[in-house]
Order: sequence, then C-alpha cells, then structure tokens
Amino acid sequence: MGAKLSEYIPIVGEGVVQELSVLGARLAGKKVVNINSTRSGGGVAEILQRLIPLLGEVGIDAQWEVVEGTQDFFALTKHLHNALHGTPHTFTAEDQGVFDMTTASNLERLNLNGDIMFIHDPQPAGLVRNRAAIGGKWIWRCHIDLSAPAPGAWEFIEPMVRQFDLSVFSAPQFTRALPIPQILISPSIDPLADKNRELSRTEIDAILIKLGIRSDKPIVTQISRFDRLKDPLGVLEAWQLARRRVDCQLVLAGGGASDDPEGAEVLREVRERAGTDIDVHILDLPPTSHIEVNAIQSASAVVIQKSLKEGFGLTVSEALWKSKPVIAGAAGGIPLQITHKYSGILTHTIEGTAFWIKQLLSEPEFARQLGRNGHNHVRSNFLLTRHMRDYMLAFLLLDHPNVDVIRL
Amino acid sequence: MNESKNLTIAKQPFEFCSRLNLTLLTGRKAQDLAEMAENLRSVPGSVIYHHTHHFLVQHQHLSPEPPNDFAYWVSNILLDARLGEELASIDVMRFSTIHELREALVRVIETSLERSGEVRAAPRGQEFHFMRSVSFVMPTGVRAADLREFRNALMFVSLSAISYHMFDARLRLETGDNDFAAWAEGQLGEKALAESLRTLDPYTFTEEGLRRRMINLVEQRLGN
Repeated sequence: MGAKLSEYIPIVGEGVVQELSVLGARLAGKKVVNINSTRSGGGVAEILQRLIPLLGEVGIDAQWEVVEGTQDFFALTKHLHNALHGTPHTFTAEDQGVFDMTTASNLERLNLNGDIMFIHDPQPAGLVRNRAAIGGKWIWRCHIDLSAPAPGAWEFIEPMVRQFDLSVFSAPQFTRALPIPQILISPSIDPLADKNRELSRTEIDAILIKLGIRSDKPIVTQISRFDRLKDPLGVLEAWQLARRRVDCQLVLAGGGASDDPEGAEVLREVRERAGTDIDVHILDLPPTSHIEVNAIQSASAVVIQKSLKEGFGLTVSEALWKSKPVIAGAAGGIPLQITHKYSGILTHTIEGTAFWIKQLLSEPEFARQLGRNGHNHVRSNFLLTRHMRDYMLAFLLLDHPNVDVIRL
Repeated sequence: MNESKNLTIAKQPFEFCSRLNLTLLTGRKAQDLAEMAENLRSVPGSVIYHHTHHFLVQHQHLSPEPPNDFAYWVSNILLDARLGEELASIDVMRFSTIHELREALVRVIETSLERSGEVRAAPRGQEFHFMRSVSFVMPTGVRAADLREFRNALMFVSLSAISYHMFDARLRLETGDNDFAAWAEGQLGEKALAESLRTLDPYTFTEEGLRRRMINLVEQRLGN
C-alpha cells in the first residue's frame, strides 16, 4: 500500500513536503471525488492508489469511485480510446445509446456528492451531463494524446468535455483547441514503490541470476511492451550495430504478449531476428514484475526507449531516477523528461541510437553525468509529490479563474 | 561589520514567501520563426514569463543550462545556432517589465528573419507550444528582522522562495527591484549590500548557486 508523506522527506526534502501540507491546509475539508473506470491495473489506478491516502493525510477528503458498465460499454470505450489515438472507427447511434445508458446507471449508482469532481479519461466523462444537479466544480483529466484523432472520435466526447471547468493533459502536444482552460500536469513515478525503490546489490544479483542475465558485460536495456510503436526490432538492430565496436548484452523485457495477438507476433519476430545470440535476453514478463523491472534497470549501463509514438513514456523517468543514461526517441512526453545531451540523449534513427550506445559505453563519465542530471530532473519534476502538488494547485485554481498571480 | 556587534533591526521584518507555479496550455503553437514572432507579439505576459523562467525552476540543478525555451527550440529544433545564441544571450536583467522583454525577443527574431530570408520549419510533432504560468504565492512563516536572521533564513528557505523574491517581484510584479535588495536598503540602510544584490544576475546561476552567492554577500557584510 502507499507510503506516508513523511517517508518522502529524505528523497525530496522537508521544504517540498511542508509545501504540500500548506496547500492541504488551504483545501482542508474539501471533498474531491475521483472517478475512473478501474480499481486496479493501468497507470491511472496505480497513481490513485498512492495519491488518495496522501491527499487524505494533508486534510483533503479524497474519495474514489469507479464506473461500472456492460461488456458492450467497455468494448465501445476501448474503440473510443483507440480512435482518439487515430485508429479509424465508425461511431453509430447505437454506440451513443450504450454510452448514455451506462452513464445513466452510474449516475444513479455512484456517490457523487463532492466539492470537486475529478473525472479521469473518457469512460466516466458523461457524468458531467448532470453537473447542475450534482453541483461542485468539474475537472477532466485526460491521459490520452488527442492531437490526431480518427474522424468522429473527438466529436463523440467533445460535447462532454466542454461542460467541464478545467481540463488536465500530460503533455502540450496531446491537446487540441478547447473552450475550457487546459492545465499541463505530467504523470509521475513513486520513488518508494517496488519498481523504483533502491535495491541492494544482493537483491539485484539474485534477480539477474533468476532471469538468466549475466553480469560479465555491460547491459543495454529496453523495458516496454512488445509493440511495433516501441520499435523493439529497431533496438535490436541498433544494439547489433553498436556491438560490432563495444561488447555488451541486450535485454528486451516487457509484457503484453500473452493477451495481445499483435504483441505475440512482434515477440516472435524479435526472437527470430535475435536467433541464438547468447548476449540477447528477450523476456516476456507478467505485469506484476515490478521488482524484476527495477533490478534490470538498476543493473543496466544504458537504458533505451526507442519509441516511434509514445504516451508520456514513464519508463524513461524510471530509468533516469536510477541515474541511468537514457537514449530515447523524441516522441510523446519523452522530450519533457530528456533535454538532449543534458539529461539524456534523444535520437531519431536506428543508426543514431547505435552511435549513442557506443558513445555512452565508451565514455562512462559523460554517461554518469547524464544519469546524474536525469536523476535530479526527475526528482524536481516527475515524482509523486510533484504530481500531488499540481493536483492541489489545480483544485485551488478552480476558485481563482483568469488570474496570473494568486496569493494564498 | 562584526557579527557580534549590534545589528540594525528592521521596522518591517522581511517575510519570506514561496511561489509555486502551475502550467497552463494556451493551445497556441509555432512551426517556424514567423509564427513564433507573431505569437510572441500577442500572447499574454504570463507566457513570456513562463518560457523565460520555468527552465530555472525545472532544471535547477543543471549548470550551464539553456536560459529560455525560445533559445532552446531555435537551437535544437530549428537548428539555427546563431539565432539560438542571440536569444539565449538576451540580458533579462536589463528589462524591468515583461513588455520590454517581449519587445526584445521579437526584435531579435525579426532581425534574423530579415537577415536570412528563409523560414525554417520545425519537424512535425516538434512545434513550439506556448504555455503560461499561474503563480501561487504563499507566506512561509519565516521572517528576518536583521542581517543575521536574514542570512540564517537564506540557508534553509525553499528555492522557490528565493526565486520568487529574486525574479517574480522584479519582473512579473514590476516592482522594479528584487525584494531582497529593496528590503536591505529600505529597512536596514544597507546601500552597498543592496547594490550587490541588485546587480547580481540571477539568470547566470542555478538556484542553489544563487542561494550560496547571496549568503556569501551577506556574510561578507557581517564580517565573517
């Protein structure tokens, strides 16, 4: 379960935690109802599980409700999600009916009595239609890239979105013109979670042995689902090019292949392309492998996230937090996390990725400096405490629209 | 001055405030320099403030650091090294209002457009997104009535408190002076120290470096 606020002091400093308490005092007693579509699984639920107890600790009455729906509803919202990312789908009157009916039954079922209604993603967005009767201020938190939706997808949700007081996006390029204010709040990692806490050398070694990864050569790693947009084949090729000059191992670790036919296909291709090379470790890990992911990242000399298209790309923050030099594609939220040659390396091609793998393995002092800067950048900008602070500032902003400087 | 000697007590103690920023998206973006100049002329002042100051907050540990987002985008995305350097070297300390800073940025970009005649476009997906900062200012409860208390407070107040009194007061709230210099001169009669604090160019330090430099200046005055 989540940690106490005081446990973050050694990591972020007392001042940061004090600021959270001061903001909490300004919001004391406010009831904030978070609504999403699942209690577990996925980044949103993961964040809420940790954030809600912390908001409670500073005096905010934070609640969490989950919308329920039929299979038809969740099939529709999956289509909607993909269509908002650009996959074509035709939305019919019947689809609209399924969405409206599920919204109506949730409006009856859920306890929606709060000062601030904090709606996450499109599934519960329809609840806003009753905002006049429910009262309170309404925030829509969008975790999706809305910049290039398929025709019909944006039109499906736009009438709902415009009824909110505020919207929140993860990266500037994910947004589109909206009649309501848009706030930029990046997601975050929890430095105390299993995926990010500091592991001992013994723990790391034990896990590497279990996974069959040797420690005799530097490790180059990409952690991500076996998905073409994460370009695992490109990573393999870049590593093969780099290895001609610098001896190293490659770890490609991720999940998603078991319940996703395309993922299984990509995994098969990667395995085929890697052949019998004993320096390539391809690991299909279950979604609960947090400590394993942590150990692999911690043991790596270089971490890659060669995404062609990306959401926010929090695996980059995870690696930077472990002070690793990261080579990543300049996609989605990655440029927010990496400033080229300051806190990591941004590349655009397989050859460029290969070049930087060689450079970083050959110049460990430069690599260490990137890792150090990256770690500090994550500490200031991508930890759970900053996420909590921004949410509280967003709550406070609701009472001060159209002002640049707010005195609390 | 020796620290053990009597120190001037301010009638109005210095009250440290801290400032937290929330970033708002404006929905405006620029793909090339012409669009950049056009937007710079019309965006709210809080946009200019954001792109010339948030780097200091987000990259407070990096040094040297890209001083503003415009320079970073021009150098690294448009790959125009000369203009990037010109934008990076704009001396923000010369200006006492956001309006003047805006004019300077536009002038530098327009001169470059006239000089080169070509309009280089950013690759798709790497456009410049204009954002603005909303600042929340809160009292920290930390006060200083004399130089010694002031020095002690500087040692532990948050970096956001230091940057608020140093950057925001002068340029954003247009008081024409940074709060530290104004207090040292107005309340303690410390003209020379105030002048040192005033001429300090905070844009050339990391925030932690700025803290150390200010503590040094005050300690020199205290005779340590």
